[in-house]
Amino acid sequence: MEVLRDIASWALLVSGGGFCMIGGLGLLRLPDVYARMHAAGITDTLGAGLILAGLMVQGGLSLVTVKLFLILVFLLFTSPTSTYALANAAHRQGLAPLLGATPLDSAATDHKDETSSKP
Amino acid sequence: MRRKRLLHSISLGLVLFGVWLLLSGIFEPLLLGLGVLSCVIVVLIAHRMDVIDREGLPIHLGWRILTYWVWLAVEIVKANLDVARRILDPKLPIHPLLVRVKASQASELGQVIYANSITLTPGTVSMQVAGGEILVHAIAREMAEDLERGEMDRRVTAVSERAGGEIA
Repeated sequence: MEVLRDIASWALLVSGGGFCMIGGLGLLRLPDVYARMHAAGITDTLGAGLILAGLMVQGGLSLVTVKLFLILVFLLFTSPTSTYALANAAHRQGLAPLLGATPLDSAATDHKDETSSKP
Repeated sequence: MRRKRLLHSISLGLVLFGVWLLLSGIFEPLLLGLGVLSCVIVVLIAHRMDVIDREGLPIHLGWRILTYWVWLAVEIVKANLDVARRILDPKLPIHPLLVRVKASQASELGQVIYANSITLTPGTVSMQVAGGEILVHAIAREMAEDLERGEMDRRVTAVSERAGGEIA
């Protein structure tokens, strides 16, 4: 039983960490501040959610699990609010988002731009 | 109206004390008494500040908000997988665009729930809520089209408007 619990929480923690890494990779690869917010959204929702779920499995039926759950709830209320504040501030300052099929970032511009032919 | 405010104050006190119990986890008379005392003080202060209303304590959302959260959680997971796939793709297949979607909720609370739900699903971020519309930055056309189909808008409206009818 203890082994099963460890396996479940291990799987949740590792996949949560994986999504956090994908979010970080997105921060590096995506072209502008607005697009990068989508990558940050991955870390905020599935990354943090899976890690907290893994910790809850370790906590079992206890007050620790309740507290972890409350952390998740507060995170899901505050993170979109702060993201909105950030996006709205950038928009008000007149920062125009890069639109349309975006070529890869400068490190990889030697690739042929396949995306631009799409409608 | 007075009875409604009393109901709101009592439920705020119960919620506060419930959170106190769960966070402290120590069930001694002294600490429980201190907990009750601090909850009563907080309710009194909130009452004086006149922030105990439908917006500050939206108990009228009831159980429907929970079923909405379950639906939203599924949407968040699906959107996460989609955006993660785009980030990992060597070609980086994104196509950012701006769309204006209609927010058909009459109350500000409903519009906030809708705008925050849009931001919580990766691939779409709310940039501006104004005039019954939300300006959304989407990372690809498919996400914008999903949003324009309006299912999330309808669900948020159903959750936030059906009860009461009065506009907060």
